[in-house]
Amino acid sequence: MEIIMSILAGVLFTTGVYNLLQKQMLRIIIGTALISHGAHLFILTMGELKTGAPPILEDNIELYTDPLPQALILTSIVISFGVTSLLLVLAYRASKENGTDNMEKLRGNEND
Amino acid sequence: MISNLAALPIVIPLIVGVLAALFHKKLKLVRVYAQVLTLINTGVVAYILFYVHQNGSVVLESGDWMAPFGIVLVADMLSMTLVLTTNIVAIACIFYAPKSLSQKQEEFYFYTFYFLLISGVSGAFITGDLFNLFVFFEVLLMASYGLIVLGGEKVQLRESMKYVLINLFSSMLFVTTIAFLYSVVGTVNMAQIAERVGEVEQTGILTTIGILLFFVFGTKAALFPLYYWLPKPYIAPNPVISALFGALLTKVGIYSLLRVFSLIFVHERDVTHEFFIWIAALTLIFGSIGALSTNNIKLVVAYNIIPAVGFMLIGIGVYNSTGFSGTVYYLVHDMIIKAALFLLVGAVAYLAGTSDLRKIRGLIHHYPLLGWMFFISAFVLAGIPPFSGFVGKLVLLQGAMEADRIIIAIIGLGSSLLILLSVIRIFIRGFWGEKDESITPNRNAARGFIMPVAFLLFFSVLLGVGAEWFYPSIESIGDYLMNPENYIESILKE
Repeated sequence: MEIIMSILAGVLFTTGVYNLLQKQMLRIIIGTALISHGAHLFILTMGELKTGAPPILEDNIELYTDPLPQALILTSIVISFGVTSLLLVLAYRASKENGTDNMEKLRGNEND
Repeated sequence: MISNLAALPIVIPLIVGVLAALFHKKLKLVRVYAQVLTLINTGVVAYILFYVHQNGSVVLESGDWMAPFGIVLVADMLSMTLVLTTNIVAIACIFYAPKSLSQKQEEFYFYTFYFLLISGVSGAFITGDLFNLFVFFEVLLMASYGLIVLGGEKVQLRESMKYVLINLFSSMLFVTTIAFLYSVVGTVNMAQIAERVGEVEQTGILTTIGILLFFVFGTKAALFPLYYWLPKPYIAPNPVISALFGALLTKVGIYSLLRVFSLIFVHERDVTHEFFIWIAALTLIFGSIGALSTNNIKLVVAYNIIPAVGFMLIGIGVYNSTGFSGTVYYLVHDMIIKAALFLLVGAVAYLAGTSDLRKIRGLIHHYPLLGWMFFISAFVLAGIPPFSGFVGKLVLLQGAMEADRIIIAIIGLGSSLLILLSVIRIFIRGFWGEKDESITPNRNAARGFIMPVAFLLFFSVLLGVGAEWFYPSIESIGDYLMNPENYIESILKE
């Protein structure tokens, strides 16, 4: 199960990076979202996947799920959610102000 | 009770910043409020530093969760020295801000973002937990995203897209690296990671994770070849915001490198630390060439961030206590002087009406004091005695010599010359020359710009002239970094 999840995270990373290298702003933002999904899935996988086990450690429980990765993911999801929404607004304003959403045309000149 | 001190440098700016949002339109009030509370915060930080100096590290186990399980905040000499420097830079910026920012920029939450930035930077310095370090990175980056677009001009929006994207990508890489590390050592507490990595003698997979972490922090700290994103976004916002960025953000990256590669990944130095030396050399060369490549005075200073980071990496790469002391000294020096330089070129660009060096001449006739202050800061930056840059570079190069790294020392000295040339060029062409009659001098504005910069330069000169007083403490930080057992013991208490 862990191997399948790792491959899935890898696929998300590759598609994310592919989209990140595009010229259109919206594609780039979708790329970052995919990468962060890949990263989150990866953290979950790293804590070992177990079905039906409670996330607590008590004396009479032998099988338990590691709660730490879940706490880490939650934090990370919130952060990437915030950054993605910020990016969407930023991209909207940037494309409106500059008259293009093509990153190729947004290269800076030195003296402006 | 006393351990709660460690949280104060994070909590105070956080609360102050949120409260500042409540009356953001009452400019006179919010200015005084921000200035007074920055001073109070600096006082508190100075007291904590004094306390730590007298009594040793203060460790806060947040929520009373015992050390390896909960998040720990560690106020040791290194982190508190850097937090104090952060606050000194913050004081200069907060007094400079009303002169430099437009009314609209000030009204739209500059002060809130500013305090959140300080809180995030202090948090990143103080935390003793790798995942928490990521969170504080995000706090300071979020604040910086707000600051970089403040004003919403065309160029700002254009550059901020790139800035946000590169930082978002490296943050995601950071999270992935933490996941890797967690799966191998089963903890995110830095002290416990260090202990466990030591137990398994740092196998190949851990070295790989270490290098991955180096790339994450290298992106944030703007090391070769990951610095390409830095110069242009840094000059897009208002000078006071550039100063905060230039002084603080890359330094958090280099601090993280210092912490991680003096504490955790220290067992395979032939791979990691050897690699750093080469990266440092390339960073020095390309950064100083970059600084010479442009006529935009703001861009010259922004490019100068890069060789400074290269210098600090030398100290980490040579791995001896002299090298670490040099890195810490240079870190403190560079935070102060980068802020001063950004504020100075901001003032020059404002008074001359352009940041194109070809169009500026003879400013010294109108603003003599500004000119000489620029001259001094150029010398501080290049490392001419008796200023602080000299001491920092001397100690760093001494560390390099102790480790028999002659080539890197030569490259360091050579790039210092290029740095001097790049900055003094602004002085020669912008300040000397015939009087520009078309400018009507605005002495009132100039005075407002000069005071905060003079405040920073005072510390720079003090650090250089008074090196005898400060160096013993910095040297003890170097020894402390060489012996990570002390850090681990102070947290895990075994």
